[in-house]
Amino acid sequence: MSLFLIAALPFLGAVFPALLIRAGRNAAAGSTFAVTLLALIGLMLHAPAVLRGETVSARLDWLPTLGLNANFHLDGLGLLFAGLILGIGLLIITYARFYLAREDPMGQFYCFLLLFQGAMVGIVLSDNILLLLVFWELTSLSSFLLIGYWKHLPEGRQGARMALAVTASGGLAMIAGMLILGNIVGSYDLSVILQHRDLIQASPLYAPALILILLGCFTKSAQFPFHFWLPHAMAAPTPVSAYLHSATMVKAGLFLMARMWPVLSGTDLWFYIVGSVGLITMILGAVIALFKDDLKALLAFSTVSHLGLITMLLGFGTKVAAVGAVFHIINHATFKAALFMNAGIVDHGVHTRDIKQLGGLRHLMPVTFTLAMIAALSMAGIPPFNGFLSKEMMLEETTHAVWAGVPWLVPALAVFGALFSVAYSLRYIVHVFLGKTRHDYPTRPHDPTPGLWLPPAVLVALVVLIGLFPNVIATPIVSAAALAVTGTPVEFHPALWHGLTPALYMSIAAVLGGALLLAAHHGALGIWNNLPRPEAKVIFDAIIRATTAAARRITDTLHDGSLTRYAAIFLVFTLAISYYAFASGVLGPQTHTPLPISVMPVLGWVCLVGSALCVVAFHRNRLLALVLIGVSGLIVSLTFNYLSAPDLALTQISVEVVTIILLLLALNFMPQQTPRESTPARRTRDVVISITAGLGVGGLIYALMTRDFAMPSISEYHVANSYKGGGGTNVVNVILVDFRGFDTFGEIIVLGIAAIIIFAITEAVLGSGVRARLLNRKPSYPLAGDPHPLMMVVATRVMMPIALMVAAYIFFRGHNMPGGGFIAGLIAAIAVVMQYMASGFSWATDRQRLPYHGIIGTGVLVAAITGMGAWFNGKPFLTSAFGYVHLPYLEKFELATAALFDLGVFLAVLGAVLLALQSLARYAWQPGIVSEHPMDINPERDDASETIEGH
Amino acid sequence: MEILLASAVGILTACGIYLILRQRTFPVIIGLSLLSYAVNLFLFATGRLALNQPPILNKYADVPYTDPLPQALVLTAIVISFGMTAVVVMIALSSYLSARDDGINMTDKGGEDA
Repeated sequence: MSLFLIAALPFLGAVFPALLIRAGRNAAAGSTFAVTLLALIGLMLHAPAVLRGETVSARLDWLPTLGLNANFHLDGLGLLFAGLILGIGLLIITYARFYLAREDPMGQFYCFLLLFQGAMVGIVLSDNILLLLVFWELTSLSSFLLIGYWKHLPEGRQGARMALAVTASGGLAMIAGMLILGNIVGSYDLSVILQHRDLIQASPLYAPALILILLGCFTKSAQFPFHFWLPHAMAAPTPVSAYLHSATMVKAGLFLMARMWPVLSGTDLWFYIVGSVGLITMILGAVIALFKDDLKALLAFSTVSHLGLITMLLGFGTKVAAVGAVFHIINHATFKAALFMNAGIVDHGVHTRDIKQLGGLRHLMPVTFTLAMIAALSMAGIPPFNGFLSKEMMLEETTHAVWAGVPWLVPALAVFGALFSVAYSLRYIVHVFLGKTRHDYPTRPHDPTPGLWLPPAVLVALVVLIGLFPNVIATPIVSAAALAVTGTPVEFHPALWHGLTPALYMSIAAVLGGALLLAAHHGALGIWNNLPRPEAKVIFDAIIRATTAAARRITDTLHDGSLTRYAAIFLVFTLAISYYAFASGVLGPQTHTPLPISVMPVLGWVCLVGSALCVVAFHRNRLLALVLIGVSGLIVSLTFNYLSAPDLALTQISVEVVTIILLLLALNFMPQQTPRESTPARRTRDVVISITAGLGVGGLIYALMTRDFAMPSISEYHVANSYKGGGGTNVVNVILVDFRGFDTFGEIIVLGIAAIIIFAITEAVLGSGVRARLLNRKPSYPLAGDPHPLMMVVATRVMMPIALMVAAYIFFRGHNMPGGGFIAGLIAAIAVVMQYMASGFSWATDRQRLPYHGIIGTGVLVAAITGMGAWFNGKPFLTSAFGYVHLPYLEKFELATAALFDLGVFLAVLGAVLLALQSLARYAWQPGIVSEHPMDINPERDDASETIEGH
Repeated sequence: MEILLASAVGILTACGIYLILRQRTFPVIIGLSLLSYAVNLFLFATGRLALNQPPILNKYADVPYTDPLPQALVLTAIVISFGMTAVVVMIALSSYLSARDDGINMTDKGGEDA
């Protein structure tokens, strides 16, 4: 199976549980299981090759200019992790099916789980660090959804937020680190980066890159001082905890450290940062875990501790230690996932996870007890289980680690940590399952259904088998992974009996000490409770509060709700930048001869400038301002016409008509006057800003117009190919429907969306209390006595077909003469709007049989289908074709696909304009406003004197 | 001729911006319309001015044509600016009808529905 497919399967499969939940919980769980199983099988098909030491890869250039390629590869390390993710995923999916309660939305759960799984698989298979970062962020997001799955619990929400805040900010740091790394090497491909160890370590940017990348790893893998989010993430349902904190999410940081190990490790910096942080985390986690009473909290801190252990091993920088780290990753995943599931079973059966209220469960829940005992003993590092093997390796390696010249420090601290590890592992057994049988349980505890205990049983079986036969089961995959991490084949022969090595004595010391410590647990707890210790959540909350307060202060200052102020700030800023651009550039000599000035343009200039200035002067009288702006629009249209732009003139004048109608309709409901509000100082400021802007814009365009093009324009191409390639002589129209058809396509969609927004706003507003207010509205000025004057009704009806005819004419000639779909659409819309105006909203609505939404949609579809038609000829989207047809008795005429596209434009514009105006007109609708006749006087009636009463 | 157009564009811009800085929705909408005229003329003028040279190909004679590209861009801009104006008008109207206030700035007391 292609690596692309393996990585994509969980994402593709995520829709199944979301949809199939309607068919029941089994369908949702089953589909999730099937998808995961399929991906696992696909992965396993590659296993033989990878175990032989080969690397499978799949490459796809995505954004090669950015160095971002969808490259995947699968080596031993990837196989190990992907196998853990998918394999434990299968068990978790099974377990969750029986764990989640009836009222939990299970489809959502499996959907999130698959998204998360896909992101994890993506991380471990990526061969491009940018791609890896994308998946990395996806794990942060999807784990957020999973941790916060129980949305009704505040702890769940807070835990999810904390996890997201910590891991995502670490992720941000890592992005920076990865970019630096890619910059040093000159490639973002992992396989290339891994070959440049010397180059990277010699670079002066090695230290910042290392620290930034490690920040990402440490936050993700809950290393000190970022360990605090992990226990809070325990508010998630237990299957999530079991999955995220045993095999996946928190191992992502370890994975990345292992992945980058060949190029980043081996320096002092690496040793002291990674080794020390790992050591501290291991001890800290183990100590805290012993004093936690919540089963899941105990396991959470134990996870922190074991993650620290693995980090420390990676930090040592020796090959054998790295192998130990890889081995412990497997072992920890098996026993920890089993233990989390076990804790979930206890919680399910006893309805509490508080160790203080537990005890003596071995008789009540014998199966659970057996599983817990094996897994916990493995966690404690007791032979013959797998935890013992890797813990021995760890202890052995610590004896070789010299910290700042002190050889005994690391081994001593490691034993100290291991001692606590033994103590809390034994506590899990002794305080929960051993002891007297208690009778104060809320319900009688009993072993769960096989659906809940089988998944951990599978893992426990692995714990035992790896412990007994490590060379058969673990050696192949560990060797392959170790080869990928260290780059060279490493001998790996774990055995339960190594002889009387220092590690064995250390191990014995830890076990005995741990047992003694547990015996003295009560006393130790007293000491612990009296120790002053910082509460991470309090600190975290304080930081978040301070950040929020600071952000709010800045926002409130800059963003005080005054749009006028934003506009002023924006304008001043833009003016300043433009001034800088002006001032720092060079203005070439004037090369373009200006056109002579004649009388007409001067007259037009006077009208345009005069009307604009009058608009400003009289803007408080809104109706007058509207009339004046109509004058401006008209002159602009004439200007286009005068300056050789007939298409623009036609468009401008028709848009002007609909805009003015629109504004008139709106003004109907708004105050007729604008009060004088701003202070003289404010007005002076605004005058200064606007005059400066006007001078700048005017000067810029003058400078531009009086100089020739600095470089050849692409317009020559359009003129030359308009007829040859596009089959039309109106170059503007050919550009719109052909050369830049894709732009136009986007534009009609935008227009349609705008109209639908207007429709939606109208619906929302009219659905609220506004409707009643509108109905009771008293017009602010007397209405005309004749709402539907006879003359106007007759005139508009007569004009309707003529106007539509003009629209059709403009449409058809568009390709060769000024016109086209945009203009024709506007003209047709005006023809219909006239009917609304003359005969009334209800009359027109009654006769409107096609919904405007449909017209917009049809327009976009026609344009899209026309564009797709090109695919059938093997051409890209929207490639046009045309031909000439000669019918008898008719002139030769042209058939072009561009005309069909233009039809789509026509329909979309028509529908959009009408939907916008009709929505607005709905505000004016009142019951009883309409006469039963289309006009106030019924011409068919004999008695013409009787009129229907106005309102 | 160029000086006329440039000065007109400048004055339209200044008028538009002045109105945009007012505190009620209606003048702002009118100001936006004026600014749209200015911007459309500006874009159009980047193709340089020409008289009697419409970009309609002449089959019979080899004549000069004005730059068609800015025209095509401005044509869609005009239509889109209608859409924009319509949406803004609608928002302004709804906010006025809901809050009975056509100021564009948030005030401390807030609107009726705020």
